[in-house]
Amino acid sequence: MLMLILAGFGLALFAPAIYRITKPHTHWLLAALPIGIFLYLASYLPDIADHQSIHANYEWVPSLGINLNLTLDGLSLLMALLITGIGALIVVYAGGYLHGDPYEGRFYSFLLIFMAAMLGLALSSNLIGLFMFWELTSISSYLLIGFNHDKADSRAAALKALLVTGGGGLAMLAGFILLGIVGNSFEISQLIAQTDAIHSDRLYLPILLLISIGAFTKSAQFPFHFWLPSAMAAPTPVSAYLHSATMVKAGVFLLARLSPILAGTDEWRLVLCSVGTLTMLTGAYLSLKQHDLKRILAYSTVSSLGLLVALLGWDSKTATEAAMLFLLMHSLYKGALFMVAGTIDHETGTRDVYQLGGLWSKMPLLGLATILAALSMAGIPPLIGFIGKELVYEASLGYESGHAFSPDTLSWLFSLVALLSNAAAVVVGSLLFFKPFSGKLTETPKHPHPPPLSLYGGALLLGIVATLLGLLTLNSHTDIGGKYLIGPAASAVYGQTLNLHLHLMPSELNPMLLLSLITLIVGALLYAALPKLLPLLEKLDSGARWGPEALYQSSVDYLPIGAKRVSMSFQSGYLRSYVAWVVGAMVVLVGYTLLSQVEFPTITGGSDIWFYEAVLLVIIVVAVMMVVTSSTLLFTIPSLGVIGYSIALIFILYGAPDLAMTQFSIETLSVVLFVLVLNRLPELARLSSRAARMRDALISIAAGALITTLILFVTAEPLESPLAQFLAENSYPQAHGRNVVNVILVDFRGFDTMGEITVLATGALGIYALLKLRVSESSHDDDTEAYTEMVSVEEHHQRQKEQTS
Amino acid sequence: MKSLILSSSSRLLLPLMILFAFFILIRGHNEPGGGFIAGLIASAALTLYAVSEGVGRAKDAMRVHTIYYIGTGLAFALGSGLLPLLSGKPFLTVLWLSFPLPVLGKVGTAFTFDLGVFLVVIGATLTTIFAMAEAEEG
Repeated sequence: MLMLILAGFGLALFAPAIYRITKPHTHWLLAALPIGIFLYLASYLPDIADHQSIHANYEWVPSLGINLNLTLDGLSLLMALLITGIGALIVVYAGGYLHGDPYEGRFYSFLLIFMAAMLGLALSSNLIGLFMFWELTSISSYLLIGFNHDKADSRAAALKALLVTGGGGLAMLAGFILLGIVGNSFEISQLIAQTDAIHSDRLYLPILLLISIGAFTKSAQFPFHFWLPSAMAAPTPVSAYLHSATMVKAGVFLLARLSPILAGTDEWRLVLCSVGTLTMLTGAYLSLKQHDLKRILAYSTVSSLGLLVALLGWDSKTATEAAMLFLLMHSLYKGALFMVAGTIDHETGTRDVYQLGGLWSKMPLLGLATILAALSMAGIPPLIGFIGKELVYEASLGYESGHAFSPDTLSWLFSLVALLSNAAAVVVGSLLFFKPFSGKLTETPKHPHPPPLSLYGGALLLGIVATLLGLLTLNSHTDIGGKYLIGPAASAVYGQTLNLHLHLMPSELNPMLLLSLITLIVGALLYAALPKLLPLLEKLDSGARWGPEALYQSSVDYLPIGAKRVSMSFQSGYLRSYVAWVVGAMVVLVGYTLLSQVEFPTITGGSDIWFYEAVLLVIIVVAVMMVVTSSTLLFTIPSLGVIGYSIALIFILYGAPDLAMTQFSIETLSVVLFVLVLNRLPELARLSSRAARMRDALISIAAGALITTLILFVTAEPLESPLAQFLAENSYPQAHGRNVVNVILVDFRGFDTMGEITVLATGALGIYALLKLRVSESSHDDDTEAYTEMVSVEEHHQRQKEQTS
Repeated sequence: MKSLILSSSSRLLLPLMILFAFFILIRGHNEPGGGFIAGLIASAALTLYAVSEGVGRAKDAMRVHTIYYIGTGLAFALGSGLLPLLSGKPFLTVLWLSFPLPVLGKVGTAFTFDLGVFLVVIGATLTTIFAMAEAEEG
């Protein structure tokens, strides 16, 4: 199964190269991969319908319980089929939509990365693995939304989506880790076994909230819904694929995936139902007042996602089934409608629904696709959308055939919200069909032509699938949707085997049918009244100024300013003040701990000082005095050297030749370096005030005193390090080296050395870049030249060579 | 300022010091020495040469740009770390050649790792010193 995911990433790597060869036919070629995966996965349908699940485990970091474990069950199969099936259509559609775009190859690459990541997300059964794929979808979504990177709008929208979903992702990670701590595993299957323990843990509520935030940001729930309409800046294939059919469903998917672990409590119900219903209403209301085809669809998607979350929160058998069916049918009709919107935009040059009209005569097949999708959206038989809506009402009313029908207040409330949301869907469906296709042909920026197959085929196919799935339920033997897709998925979510049969024809006159009828009437009335309502709705625009989007915008605007102020308050840019802060802080913190927590040892010794040691001590003290008092650098630098050499001699006295050799070389080179920059440095002058000098002296003396005390403390204790003994004993037998210092450097602590030389290399490159930049600035005044030279260091070196030779 | 004594002695000292650096590098595993010290000695040799003969001549003596020394060194160190992965051992496990080589003695990836350290130290030190010296001249 891992191969299915890796294949997507692999193909993404080569997509631009393939595009360069096969140019206009690339989309047909690349669509082969998602089609292949789709067919392969579809072959598992009978097994999964038999309530089996297929596992594939790959170890990753087993010591931390992080593994790449994949599971194919009803839920993941439904998602995976949607991802690859619609993915194939989108790849083909993108070929028509982006035809001739210079970055078409790159687009396929991003799209395939997304597809692979989404597939991984759907199949993962380890929380950390799932999180990784989750983040990958956020990143690929960022790249895709910002595909038109030369437009400021696109960039801002991409960043908005990334910040909102990425921030939610962080919360979710925290939730996952807490869940891992409580359940002592990151495997979903093992966590399900401990549901009761998790519910009664005091961390349950934090876990639920954190994970919900992740899911809500991804699935554009109120108050995070605002990123989704902005994301419409993406090319339409992206909107159809990521922002209606698949990625935005990831949050819903996650909640469904974890519902066996987290659901079943009042908290779960409260959080999901309240946020879900609020989102339904917000989305429905906002969808009505839009003019832009894609924004209408985006807000209506927000409303549908709200319904899905609310259904999962409702947490009944029927609600689970309704959620899964709605997930499927929404992907089918919304994906199709987005493609239609993109095609209309592509052919006419406008997406303003009130400027379009009479397109039926120009593009009847696109019109047919729209009718099918819009009928499914409005919930009219015989399309699958009708069955879905019936099931939603059945769930919200808690209706059971043969039982007494007595819904409580909450049920009525939920049904009312669902009704309003569905009525808005009726309006949107009508708007999308009637406005562009009926009436007289209107003037549009571009003269409409019949679109190519790639631009209407996908939408038409999705419409036909929606019709077929609906019609096939007429006979319980052919009910593919119920038996193979929705039933197994709902079973996986609900944690019990559910045998679902979908019915197109209700067996009796039931309340759901009545609600459906009311929905249609309310929808029709709203649609008729829309021209009058629009100016009213536009006046009620307070949300734009005070809503969450404004909050996001101001935090994005003011955060950098605030951060800059905070940084500037302690980043003075003067090396001396940094040194003073660092050393001062060390003295205070270490000194305080030392005085308050450690008992003073009795200092012994002092009588056994060697003659050489005393001499070296005197030399060092004299040299230090020279460094501090000298008035010219010519004295200061050699004096520093003297200190260094004396310390090296002390190393020799104590039998550390390696250290001494290093110290000697370092001292030599430092003096050389100092001499080289000597001319650059200014004359020593007394610029600081007396008080500042006193302060610096105080800090220096305190630091020196602290280190001295520390050493006295350390040496007062008998030196018994098991580590030193271990290293000395094992150096030769295990590492074949008698020089323990070197063995530590290259073997025992090789990883440290690796890091150190990397830092050394980075530092040298930094110095090189800085100095070379300065040289070129002084020799050439041209800024751009200086910049290019910084970029191509090598080129500059070549030129230098020519100059010197 | 060109000094005849410095110039001729540095020309004699350069090969000697480089040789000494290699000696220190090779014996490092058993006696005081190692890649870090050896690198510093070699850098000191080339710095001396640069002071007496000019940075340009010192650069020519190094054949390739000092930055390549850094890269090659890092590659050696990383390669020594990655090699054991091929035989299923953890990163940076030292592998030993089963027979001793002439001059070098018993050879393992510890030596190639140390060689990497040696090259990085030379590269980093001299990149810095040469860049500063050139900034001074320019």
